[in-house]
Amino acid sequence: MLNFPRWKMILISLVSLIGIIMAVPNFLTEDQLKNYPDFLPHKKVTLGLDLQGGVHLLMEVDLTEVRKEKLESKRGDIRDALRLAKIVLRSSFRNNSIHINLTDKSQTELALEVIRDTVEMLGSSLTGSGVPDIEYEVVDNGTIVVNLTEEGLVLRGNDVITQSIEVIRRRIDGMGTTEPTIQKQGVGRILVQVPGFDDPQKLKKIIGKTAKLSFQLVNSSVGVGDRVPPGYQRFPMAESERRTGLPPSVVASKRKILTGENLVDAGLGYDQDNRPVVSFRFDRVGGKKFADVTRKNVNRQFAIILDGVVISAPNIQSPILGGSGIITGNFTVESASELGLLLRAGALPARLTVVEERTVGPDLGSDNIEAGKIAAIIGLLAVMVYIVLSYGMFGMVANFALMINIGMIFGLLSTLGATLTMPGVAGIVLTVGMAVDANVLIFERVREELRSGKKALSALSAGYDKAFGTIVDANVTTFIAAVILFQFGSGPIKGFAVTLAIGIATSMFTAVSLSRMIISIWAVRKRPTTLKI
Amino acid sequence: MLLKLVPENTNVKFIDYRKAAYVLSLVMIVVSFGLYFTKGLNFGIDFEGGIMIEIGTEGPADIGAIRSAMSSLNMGDVKVQEFGAPNDVLIRLEHQEGLSVDQVVEEVRKVLASAIHGEINYRRTETVGSTVSAELISDGIMAVVLAMGAVLIYIWLRFEWQFGMGAVIALLHDVILTIGMFSITGLEFNLSTIAAILTIVGYSLNDTVVVYDRIRENLRKFRKKPMPELLNLSINDTLSRTVMTSVTTLIALSALFFLGGEGIHGFSAAMIWGVFVGTYSSIFIASPILLWVELRREDDTSATPGIEVIPPKKG
Repeated sequence: MLNFPRWKMILISLVSLIGIIMAVPNFLTEDQLKNYPDFLPHKKVTLGLDLQGGVHLLMEVDLTEVRKEKLESKRGDIRDALRLAKIVLRSSFRNNSIHINLTDKSQTELALEVIRDTVEMLGSSLTGSGVPDIEYEVVDNGTIVVNLTEEGLVLRGNDVITQSIEVIRRRIDGMGTTEPTIQKQGVGRILVQVPGFDDPQKLKKIIGKTAKLSFQLVNSSVGVGDRVPPGYQRFPMAESERRTGLPPSVVASKRKILTGENLVDAGLGYDQDNRPVVSFRFDRVGGKKFADVTRKNVNRQFAIILDGVVISAPNIQSPILGGSGIITGNFTVESASELGLLLRAGALPARLTVVEERTVGPDLGSDNIEAGKIAAIIGLLAVMVYIVLSYGMFGMVANFALMINIGMIFGLLSTLGATLTMPGVAGIVLTVGMAVDANVLIFERVREELRSGKKALSALSAGYDKAFGTIVDANVTTFIAAVILFQFGSGPIKGFAVTLAIGIATSMFTAVSLSRMIISIWAVRKRPTTLKI
Repeated sequence: MLLKLVPENTNVKFIDYRKAAYVLSLVMIVVSFGLYFTKGLNFGIDFEGGIMIEIGTEGPADIGAIRSAMSSLNMGDVKVQEFGAPNDVLIRLEHQEGLSVDQVVEEVRKVLASAIHGEINYRRTETVGSTVSAELISDGIMAVVLAMGAVLIYIWLRFEWQFGMGAVIALLHDVILTIGMFSITGLEFNLSTIAAILTIVGYSLNDTVVVYDRIRENLRKFRKKPMPELLNLSINDTLSRTVMTSVTTLIALSALFFLGGEGIHGFSAAMIWGVFVGTYSSIFIASPILLWVELRREDDTSATPGIEVIPPKKG
């Protein structure tokens, strides 16, 4: 107890010091932080939405739609490939699989070979192999049944999530807000948190739209009540266009001339009459294709379709060769820039639905911070006074350890990039109450040892040694609860678990190592014969 | 002169009161269950799904006016209540068939604008869908069950299985009484309540482990002492610490309860209750339960299988 090796003292002091240095930025204003030396850490604790206001959205990706789309495109691929090989067939969907019936059953072998060539290998190229996207078999009546593989679907689902996250990030960045959190959560869910933003409607409008854009030629010979010929599809006209007297729907070719993927830029523009429009530019391939199609179809109409709705159906007056164009329609400045942003950021690969939404206004956030601060400071002071009243000088050492402990909690929270939420503040306050427990255990033990007749120094030493096992047991159990909370909790609860766990770890260090070091330095210097404890 | 809430060398015969304590606990457990099944819990939207809107009005809010404005919307069961301050109101709605959340909020904004004078500050809106709330419930239950399982295993390894069982019975006792407390007070039961319950689990366990540690130590020290006496001695040995830590934690929690704002009111209330219940159960439930089972006491250190923490070298 009494001879603390020098290296241990240096280590303990160093760890405490680093913890404090990491915490310092939290107590500086932005201006002070600017003039703060570069070699010191600058990271502050991230405040949760409940403390700074903001929008929290949990969105679910519609994976059944992903499956359906994939199935449809696969059917098209296989049919094209088989027709190219001059195989006549009928195909249909049944129970999420494609059924292919060959007119000439003797071609089955050939057909299987063709289908084999359409198999795509998905997944990591690192392992070399990957996962096939489909599996197929010939059932009893000679029908070829093609199924999507489960592994392939999972991979595809993950891809969809990753892509969606990217698209959402681009869209939110385009809105000019700061530091959104966008991450995958569980299976098929995406969590979006935008701090300092309190208009969930606007946010949902921006990230909720799939924004699939396509250019398709219109068949103007089909009237409103007519039957739609094969290869064509009826698309509803956008509300705003209908109001200007345009027909409620348009029949257009199913073939997409170009899609949003061919766009390299889009944004707000103005037409000759100074009305807001969306201007866009195609990439090189897209521009060339668009020029070709427009050259061949002068005086015909094409439809610009966004998420299955026609937003504009202009006439091709002359070939559009420059690779850029505008979308007219009844836009306002706001709706045109919004659509521009959506097109720039790209389409979402699947539809998203909001399953959980929380918005905290900025006032409530700052109220919460104020209340939390006051509660923490008053709680801390009251506990410290009580400790000094109970243990005198030893209490002061415990209080010093407590202060360092709180510093280290903030330091670790900042460095780990953890988020401080209101329950997190509660966690810190609770740690204040419980952190002194380790010191209480030690001091009470020292009192007991003194009562049993031990001399001052050996009582001190025995107190620390005997209490240690209990301290470990007591803290490990709470730590287990914290870890499980972290695993199963969501949002604010996670924040609470993090501060609780960090608080337990740092309090073990400060209450045991740091306070022990200080007391042993004191004991070596003074060689006390009695202890006031 | 230093402050000592517990005098030195106490010798309270805690174990002699165990029958009374069992009866008291049993009654409280039965009442908790009864309340749970009759009155139920005031579930927040985390667990029930729905829409919650918190508004701030300029002056003290006219709850009656808000309530009648809301009922004019015909949106089913609507709860309107004051939230912490007279100008702060909480409105709870169910999900509306055929209406999106945005549409509902829009409707609410419209009727409130005409029903309330002055500006309305929309402080917070939350909606939780039914699939998510179902998951949050199962995750919450899972967390509590897992935490107890993990703790049982830890104590089993560190002590003996009898101790682990005693600790878990005490924990169950604490959790049930906490749920009973939520039912009787009608405090909102939400995600932070689960956090509070798990923290209570941690705290109560902390207390139990400290007493158990001393029991184990005394088992080795006094081989011949009758069990009830030995348990009493151990509880009295640690009594000063138990009270000290409870008081510091209560001080910190009271600061949270009175000054921390409405948002964590329920959380700190649950925790304060938990500190009392946890302390009580360590002394009156977890310890006397050890009388039911035979504890090994003939051999010395070998009586503790599993991990043994090596104390730091003596300086």
